[in-house]
Amino acid sequence: MCCLSKEKTARITTDADTLRSEIRDKSIKVLDIRKEEDYKQGHIPEAINFPLSNLLADDSPDKVLQYTQSFGIEDETSVVVYDDTFGALASRVAWTLQYIGHEDVSLLDITYGAWRRLGLETSIEMPSLNKKTHSLKLQPQILAAADYLMPAKEKGAVLVDNRERLNFLEHHIPGAINIPYRMLGSHQNILRPKEELKRLIQNRNISTGSEVITYCGSVGTLSGLGYYALKSIGLDNVKLYVRSFKEWKSLDKPIEKQSDANYWDLSAE
Amino acid sequence: MSKTSLSQSKPDNLPKPKINWAKVEEAERFAEMVKLFRQGKINRDDFRRFRLQNGAYGSRMTDDYSMIRIKIPAGEVYPEQLEKIAELSESFSIGNAHVSTRQNFQLHWVALEDVSEVMRGLSEVGLTSREACGNSIRNVMCSPLAGICPDEIFDPTPYAIATARFLLRNPMNQSLPRKFKINFTCCEKHGMARIADIGLIPYKVEVNGKLQNGFKIFLGGGLGAQSFVAHQLEEFTPEEDLLYTIISVVRVYDRMGNRENMARNRMRYLVNEIGWEKFQNIVLKERAVVRATQSVVIKLEVDKTPEVLRKVSISSELPSHPQGFSRWIKSNVMKQKQPGYSVAFLTLESGDVTANQLRVIADLARDFSAEGRIRNGFAQDIVFRWVRDEDLPKLYAGLLEVGLANPGSLTMASVIGCSGTTSCNLALTNSHRLAKEVQRKFLELKLDEDDDLRSSTIKISGCPNSCGQHEIATIGFYGGGGRLGKDMYPLYTMQLGGRADEKAMLGLTCMKVPAKRVMPTILKIVEIFKSEKRDGETLDSWVHRVIDGNGGPNVKSLNDIKESLKSAVVAPTIDQDKDFYVDYGNDGSYHARTGRGECAA
Repeated sequence: MCCLSKEKTARITTDADTLRSEIRDKSIKVLDIRKEEDYKQGHIPEAINFPLSNLLADDSPDKVLQYTQSFGIEDETSVVVYDDTFGALASRVAWTLQYIGHEDVSLLDITYGAWRRLGLETSIEMPSLNKKTHSLKLQPQILAAADYLMPAKEKGAVLVDNRERLNFLEHHIPGAINIPYRMLGSHQNILRPKEELKRLIQNRNISTGSEVITYCGSVGTLSGLGYYALKSIGLDNVKLYVRSFKEWKSLDKPIEKQSDANYWDLSAE
Repeated sequence: MSKTSLSQSKPDNLPKPKINWAKVEEAERFAEMVKLFRQGKINRDDFRRFRLQNGAYGSRMTDDYSMIRIKIPAGEVYPEQLEKIAELSESFSIGNAHVSTRQNFQLHWVALEDVSEVMRGLSEVGLTSREACGNSIRNVMCSPLAGICPDEIFDPTPYAIATARFLLRNPMNQSLPRKFKINFTCCEKHGMARIADIGLIPYKVEVNGKLQNGFKIFLGGGLGAQSFVAHQLEEFTPEEDLLYTIISVVRVYDRMGNRENMARNRMRYLVNEIGWEKFQNIVLKERAVVRATQSVVIKLEVDKTPEVLRKVSISSELPSHPQGFSRWIKSNVMKQKQPGYSVAFLTLESGDVTANQLRVIADLARDFSAEGRIRNGFAQDIVFRWVRDEDLPKLYAGLLEVGLANPGSLTMASVIGCSGTTSCNLALTNSHRLAKEVQRKFLELKLDEDDDLRSSTIKISGCPNSCGQHEIATIGFYGGGGRLGKDMYPLYTMQLGGRADEKAMLGLTCMKVPAKRVMPTILKIVEIFKSEKRDGETLDSWVHRVIDGNGGPNVKSLNDIKESLKSAVVAPTIDQDKDFYVDYGNDGSYHARTGRGECAA
């Protein structure tokens, strides 16, 4: 039984063709994470607007549950999330739904911009919403809090910083390794093909059995994408330090940096 | 994955890279070696040699990051290669690439674990980093003006490419005493033939009533802690002797070069130690042997097929010339020897270029260069050739959109700065940033428009090792540390009068200038020059007159220059001026810190 439910959550991404047929079958709920004004100008048909800022204003489980129910999402409903920001914002929402216990959520494997460039259907109509009931089953095993990090690292967990290289060099959580979010996507898709991601992880000697904790700058978006990149290649024990480096700094925790080098001056911007 | 694809077909008249320099197996091998190294199964020194042989340099204060040097033989880069470099820099580096003074592209701060991925990506577009570092023959350079230079005798590019092709992965070149550099140039005026291990300038002589192609070959030059100007091997080297000469020189160096003392093992030291005439004799004898034994076996495969130029869009005139266009034309564009075509130089800052800019450069090369590619220059710059004169305003407008239309490229405002403390272990100062600061100031003051300064150069290195080529600059600087009491500050040594043309000479040391006084010192030199110059005299020729002791009326010698600058370089106490003690790009006080050099492996 446990295995069956795992099988079901294994869908990390959904491709455009599948999404289109599921929209036609009305077997799916689609969440658009972009700003309201962008959504109003056009979105994937049947998509419900859920701007990331709404989530970030209050991401307590109760509030998230309220949203979920108001969107008409039941425990068994398939949910696909998309954004226009290389999948990072969508990842943060998908992860949050999983955290409150919604298993069947996946990321559209392209951005809304790519969807449009492919000439796929868009709509300006807002779908009607019928409130449904959803249970609350928190999944603490996918969340990492600040105090969890160092003890876990002591026991062999790998800390992954998904910010850009220069930000990482400037300061990061001690012992973290850097996998910039730019490494995770491809020209076309929000995530590289699995065999490429596997190679990147193998090059770093990270095994599929490792516990990995991802974090980024402030709200867990870039590291949300990092979370799903690792999940997509079969790592089971991945956690998101959702409050990320912003909280870590505010708690005056120890910080590591690459010192005595002026790498910022290599930037042409 | 989605079955639908985003890729769109590109027009098919675009030239494709002619040569695949890459071997994807080398990327796979690199990934394996990194794993073995991390598991402690290979020792640090062996791994380091392997890493350098494959073009990955250690980064400042850490081996966990690499600078990957992408070889660009003859500087020729195709649009799809630029796009790949852009993509790789975003995925694995810092979203920027860097054009070096030897026509390479460099990607900085790549995690050691990702070097193999970068190599794999490069192999998709035929590029390699193999033998870009380490004790091997580095990128074979060729003047960015080759083929279009009004002064050249013939185009050396096919010879440079053929040489690079012959040498890459050739066993003769895998463990030399140290690195080895070959520079082809178009003419006496443009290029660096006299400061390389082997420098070559196209030359033609009449043999038995027939004009024959060949080269003037220069040996044993080079810049570094101790620099030398090269010697000419013989009056004329016919083209069929080109390869045999190169092989002979490499063999002699391999056999006789110093393998003990890292600091003195470049070929120029060998030439200096045994004396030029003796060295010359050994090389000529060796060549006789090589010619006798090898000439039936190997020949340089020079592809002389004339290139078919593409028809590029003939622009409809823009309604009016964009702002800054005439200043840019004056300082960045030269006429080609072929009527109707121009060559345009991009002013980068210390060679840095963003991924987005690279993509735009690729598009502009497709749209406006009849050869459909670009060349990296000798001055950390990028060069568009074969641009139709009437397309220049459109090219300019395209560059303007991405911040690449700065003027000053062919003037003193185009300042060279090595990577310095941004990434290099040996650097003592942030020469990279200082070069940017000086360039910005020059453009702000519109000094690029001053014809008296146009032929002069400013070049800055972060240490005495001369990667910033300070010794061939009109005004050159190399970094060090100064001290007042217990307080350290970044300090440069200034040299004057260097040049790399047919009158090549190394700059003479003038005085020490604190980092935060470099800018006012340069401006003061310009001011002195303006008050001292003779009619029509340029800054560089005035500097030479003064160095030769023929200065005047008031500033007669190098010493006089020094005297007039003395007051400007006095160190204040740290309480008087805290900023004086801080290098560019830092917020804390200055400490001279270095790690182990990566040049000598």
